Amino acid sequence: MEEKVKNIIFRIKRFDGEKSYWSDFVVPAQKGMTVLEGLFYIKATYDGSLSFRASCRMGICGSCAVKINYKPKLACETQILHLNSSKIKIEPLDNFKVLKDLITEFEGFFAKHETVRPYLIRRDDNYAEPVELIQKPKELHAYYDFTLCIKCGACVSVCPAASTREDYLGPAAMVAAYRFNADSRDEGKDFRLAAICSDGGVWRCHFAAECSEVCPKNIEPAKAIQKLRFQSAIYAIKKALKGW
Amino acid sequence: MRIRNDILIVGAGLAGMRAAIAAAETSRQLSIAVLAKTYPIRCHSVCAEGGTAAVLREGDSFDLHAWDTIKGSDFLADQDAVEFFVKEMPKEILRLDNWGCPWSRTEDGKIAQRAFGGHSFDRTVFAADRTGFHEVHTLYERMVSYPNITRFDEYFMTSLVIENGEVKGLTAIDLRNGELVLFEAKAIIMATGGAGRLYGFTTYSHQVTGDGLAVAYRAGVPLKDMEFFQFHPTGLIPSGILMTEACRGEGGYLKNRDGERFMQKYAPEKMELAPRDLVSRSMWTEIIEGRGLESPYGPYIALDLTHLGEERINERLPLIRDAAIKFAGVDPVEEPIPVRPVAHYTMGGIHANIDCETPVKGLYAAGEAACISIHGANRLGSNSTAECLVFGRVAGEKAAEYALRKSYYPSVKAFDEEEKRIASLFREKGDESAYQIKTELNETMDKNLWIFRDESGLMEAVRKIRELKERYDNISVEDKSKTFNTDLTFAIEVGYMLDLAEVVALGALKRKESRGAHYRTDYPRRDDDNWLKHTLAYYTEDGPKFDYLPVTITKWQPVERKY
Repeated sequence: MEEKVKNIIFRIKRFDGEKSYWSDFVVPAQKGMTVLEGLFYIKATYDGSLSFRASCRMGICGSCAVKINYKPKLACETQILHLNSSKIKIEPLDNFKVLKDLITEFEGFFAKHETVRPYLIRRDDNYAEPVELIQKPKELHAYYDFTLCIKCGACVSVCPAASTREDYLGPAAMVAAYRFNADSRDEGKDFRLAAICSDGGVWRCHFAAECSEVCPKNIEPAKAIQKLRFQSAIYAIKKALKGW
Repeated sequence: MRIRNDILIVGAGLAGMRAAIAAAETSRQLSIAVLAKTYPIRCHSVCAEGGTAAVLREGDSFDLHAWDTIKGSDFLADQDAVEFFVKEMPKEILRLDNWGCPWSRTEDGKIAQRAFGGHSFDRTVFAADRTGFHEVHTLYERMVSYPNITRFDEYFMTSLVIENGEVKGLTAIDLRNGELVLFEAKAIIMATGGAGRLYGFTTYSHQVTGDGLAVAYRAGVPLKDMEFFQFHPTGLIPSGILMTEACRGEGGYLKNRDGERFMQKYAPEKMELAPRDLVSRSMWTEIIEGRGLESPYGPYIALDLTHLGEERINERLPLIRDAAIKFAGVDPVEEPIPVRPVAHYTMGGIHANIDCETPVKGLYAAGEAACISIHGANRLGSNSTAECLVFGRVAGEKAAEYALRKSYYPSVKAFDEEEKRIASLFREKGDESAYQIKTELNETMDKNLWIFRDESGLMEAVRKIRELKERYDNISVEDKSKTFNTDLTFAIEVGYMLDLAEVVALGALKRKESRGAHYRTDYPRRDDDNWLKHTLAYYTEDGPKFDYLPVTITKWQPVERKY
């Protein structure tokens, strides 16, 4: 049962710290071979200097999101032959500063994630003597889908608000905020909403919903943002009443 | 550049992050640094799927969990460490609950548990089949809430500085600019994971190249029990992606080409839920004897979940379904998943005691990088994430206590030499390729250090590894740039792996018995008279020097292991 091999051209956008350019490589692809395997093949065979991030190769670590034929995708779970084209164009994610070849700057992305206080907040937090909290399956399902974010950056790369405003928190951070706000064990909603209502927060979203379109984990950041807007509105009214 | 901290943790997976949190909880005054070659949530721990073992409910007991673990280990585990470990586990599950981990739940909202191989009680706590992923994210999220923890993401460790039996610091390349940085610390915790990429067919992430093990080994710290590598029964073909043991815990079957549930021949009582060493050997026997199924990627065994039904698969095994469809074009709801045993876990590691202390003052080890040893010759499923939590905490606390006691900072006089060494690495134009050497190393490991081993294969492996080490001196690194020079770091990783492979192969050659995952066809019996002992390997210029250490037995004398 010999598998058919097809020669595919990988056209890769490169950056060496000073200039950008394109490199073409021929990758002999067969059924099942992924774009990530193609990149490793190129690195081992033609050009050791080709740089990209990769780790788990099973779509769970979020390292290898790149633009493949103009769409952000995880290289590890994209099969070459499924793209149905003899030429594959690979570029770094948009809306991220390119450091080298396909590697982009993620510092800002993670810093924004931290600003929404993406952790469970409880008044009775007791490190030494933790107790089992009760959470019904229904309560778990209320937020579970939003825990699946692998922070690959695909959503931010297509976000029109992120492309025009550098301080916009972006869809991934919003998902994290909503995930905790919707967790029945959490008591820190107001802290998060304070960050979410800031200038770079939830009201900057244009509702293009591109983020939901491209998410490799089928999370709907746009839905999380919509729900956060509702929470934010109530929070703002509550705050106004308190101040009044 | 020099950076100084009280505690430096290398590796930001489950063990490393748990250690950081424990150290920060011990004292808010300590400066704690977490250094890793990837961002924390890109670590290999996210690939853990099935669950984490803990005694939580009536009917289970610490003694039962300890006994299962010790029997699973083929009696090579240190029993004092196992007894400590099982008692500490329940609190770790509850802490993660309190920190937001989305544990799967029973109808009444309690933390749910499932069956797992080698455990005689349903004690595996889980978050669907993405347990490691959720644990990592929960620890990461908790970790960012401590102001005295600083992260050094994307730093690649090159050496450990030990002087007069005391740890002083380490050197690492800042991948962003290529600069070599000296990190000085009172205490260092190695939590860098295993060494699974020694193998070609493996569940491991690409970056698991045993850096911490190799760097410690080269600095004189002994490695323990490295010949014991775990082969997980169910790796998806051809990629090797893990198909969790929870597939069988939830009721899945293993079948050969005749549709027979062949485990009834090998483990009539536990069937598919026998320990991994036994199941993998049984599957390999079926394949060798011609009862595997055929595919373009070689023979395989069928992992059949079809009788579980779509609803249960979606609820309990969503990642498995998704991965099988994406990577093998097979929907487990409709047809069996093609699998084969796959290199999965490094039982051995940096020699450490129950307090995570290594023989070097101030140097600690935790998680898969350490060998404490609670897994002995064969780890039970769902005990590895558990180990990371318990011993990550212990390492963090012990390192914190040590750092608080120590009044002065260690001072490394100069690191010019390491700077020169790194700068000169592979600058001469040799005609060997690190990529080719890695490929040949993987082939050797997959062939001669696989599930069944014998003297001639092991000698062939030792010869080949030594040949590769010689050729390695002649490699060149094409990329001369400073920013993200992954060509250079790949070459360094291959050097690490060659040193470790030599230890694995020689340790396996010397151990003339079969125990747990180490099976010698020429010595098919366990030999407690001569081999109920741990292997220690010390670095020398001419290859490893071996020594042995007795196993700690508390309550359970070795008996015949039947399932």
